[in-house]
Amino acid sequence: MLTYAIRRLVLSIPTLLFISFVIFMLLQLAPGDPMAQVPLTVPPEVKQKMREALGVGEPALVQYWKWLVQVFWTEPKIFIDWLTNDSFLLGWLPDTHLYNGELRVISWQTRSPVMDIVLQRIPQTLWVVGLSYIVGVLIALPIGIYSAYRQYSVFDQAGTFITMVGFSIPPFFTGPLLIVIFSVYLGWFPSIYDTTHVVNDWESFKFQLMQMIMPVMVLALQTTAQLSRYMRASMLDNLNQDYVRTARAKGLSEAVVVMIHVLRNSMIPVITVIALGVPAIFGGAIITENVFKVNGIGQLLITALFANDLPMVMTLTFIFAVLIVAFNLIADILYGLLDPRIRYD
Amino acid sequence: MTEPVPASPAPIEALRDKGPDKPPRSKWKDVWAQFRKHKGAMVGAFFLIFITLGVLIGPYIWTLDPQALDIRAKDMRPVYTALWDSTAKTGWAHPLGSDQLGRDNLAQLIAGGRASMAVGWAAMILSLVIGAGIGVLAGYFKKLDGPLMRLTDLFLSLPILPLLLVAVTLFRQPLRANFGPEGGMFILIVTVVGITSWMPTARIVRGDVLALKEREFVLAARSIGTKPFQIIKRHLLPNVLSPIMVSATLGLATAIITESALSFLGVGFPSDFPTWGKMLADAVARMEDFPERVILPGIAISLTVLGVNYLGDGLRDALDPRIRGR
Repeated sequence: MLTYAIRRLVLSIPTLLFISFVIFMLLQLAPGDPMAQVPLTVPPEVKQKMREALGVGEPALVQYWKWLVQVFWTEPKIFIDWLTNDSFLLGWLPDTHLYNGELRVISWQTRSPVMDIVLQRIPQTLWVVGLSYIVGVLIALPIGIYSAYRQYSVFDQAGTFITMVGFSIPPFFTGPLLIVIFSVYLGWFPSIYDTTHVVNDWESFKFQLMQMIMPVMVLALQTTAQLSRYMRASMLDNLNQDYVRTARAKGLSEAVVVMIHVLRNSMIPVITVIALGVPAIFGGAIITENVFKVNGIGQLLITALFANDLPMVMTLTFIFAVLIVAFNLIADILYGLLDPRIRYD
Repeated sequence: MTEPVPASPAPIEALRDKGPDKPPRSKWKDVWAQFRKHKGAMVGAFFLIFITLGVLIGPYIWTLDPQALDIRAKDMRPVYTALWDSTAKTGWAHPLGSDQLGRDNLAQLIAGGRASMAVGWAAMILSLVIGAGIGVLAGYFKKLDGPLMRLTDLFLSLPILPLLLVAVTLFRQPLRANFGPEGGMFILIVTVVGITSWMPTARIVRGDVLALKEREFVLAARSIGTKPFQIIKRHLLPNVLSPIMVSATLGLATAIITESALSFLGVGFPSDFPTWGKMLADAVARMEDFPERVILPGIAISLTVLGVNYLGDGLRDALDPRIRGR
């Protein structure tokens, strides 16, 4: 298992390098010039110097190499410095001074390091996306278990129908629909997610909860629909197995049979699906963040695209790719760990 | 007199046939019989046919031009609003109302449906052709299996939605210049959706082909000297048709949703060219006053996708021989 994990981990490095290369070359084809906004009175040779300062003047391969060095060498150094200087967990370690002012990946919009902006945006995305995923999983599993246990009952029929509907309605429709119903007509929740809101007492905590409900619910609906279908199918596969009859025949209570014997076996494929769904939900959050004006990384990507901010787009797309590769790896390893019948070696 | 013919032994009663045997049934008749039992799939199929016919012949019945501006009749509400709000500006000239420029909503819905369905079908067919082609090649030719499957894995680990956004924003200008604003966008969206959604089909088809090519009928075909591509055409492709059909329905649903999502994010078709996603996105800003402009295209997208998904569910059940007998 360990050798398998290490092999996969090593293999994922060329994959990521290739993906980053593809994205970089795609972006090289982009029309547009970061100096387009600079006034016409600036002489061309100065413009050329400014372009070179942003790293645009050089051949594409050199640019790509510099990007790689900045992301994989300079940024980790800054991260380690931050860990040993300011972080709560490792702040007791002696201060490291690995970073001495090398160039970092610079955003063309703000002329500040891309990673700093990304780090500012990630908490919002994580709060909304992460919470919605947890909520979705917590709703989906019981629905799937109960629908499978009482197959073809009214609950199962209704549950299957509702999950099918939830699966089919795109988030850019449920989002505005919820805003119309709950913010406009009923006035229960705010329609815009206020990220500057600081939680320091009960009232502000309640406000934070209220503004999170709608985006979380929109994203959770998608998760719930997919996961409960998987959970139901997986439970149905296991409920007719011989070991379930054996467990019942030796007099175990129904709760033990279903919740321990069947559930543990049915969770194996579902857990891998949960792991595989994490990057997809980050991608889906791009739309939801746009609907509810959450300024997370999805919204950052859209604005960067429209502003032709190529370093930002490059880095963000690469972060999404890293997420996908990482969670594919986690899913495969989890599958092998949970199911002793699976042997990769 | 000849000696009497010995009476034939009386047939055993329990073994006698009650009536004539049923005529043999073809596979597709069985599939159809099973498919008809799945109510959701039937409803889904009928709804899909209805929507397709509606957007195809709708413009000939409702002949209003979807892009014709009629500024006097702007911001009309649908006729059913008159039921609870008698002061609302309604009229049978625009049964579903009109938008802020006086364009008829019904005509726009029909035209938008045409665009969305065209993109959906074209992207689905493209992704099927790529997926089935790569799957069959990888399954049949051992040498190609490794590289093609690595390629599939690589595509599966690409962040699809961000890349779609990137590709559409980057290639919009040159394609528009060459094929006109609508044609260029159509080609672009169909291509990018097609190239980014073929991977599941390829994996399923490859798995099936790997199993099929070890079967006796393929061996027999090879022993009489059939060329590989003839084997693929005559023996393999008809046998992997069922998984291809199931993933076709899923592909149609994803393609429609992806197109609408791109339009919603503002990187889709040009602004005077209605699609369902575009109409929805344009209406969000004023949805407090005119909720129907969000709800109608939203319902159209959702119902179509729901119908397609149910159709896919029913097809999967009907085409699975393990379920069909029951």
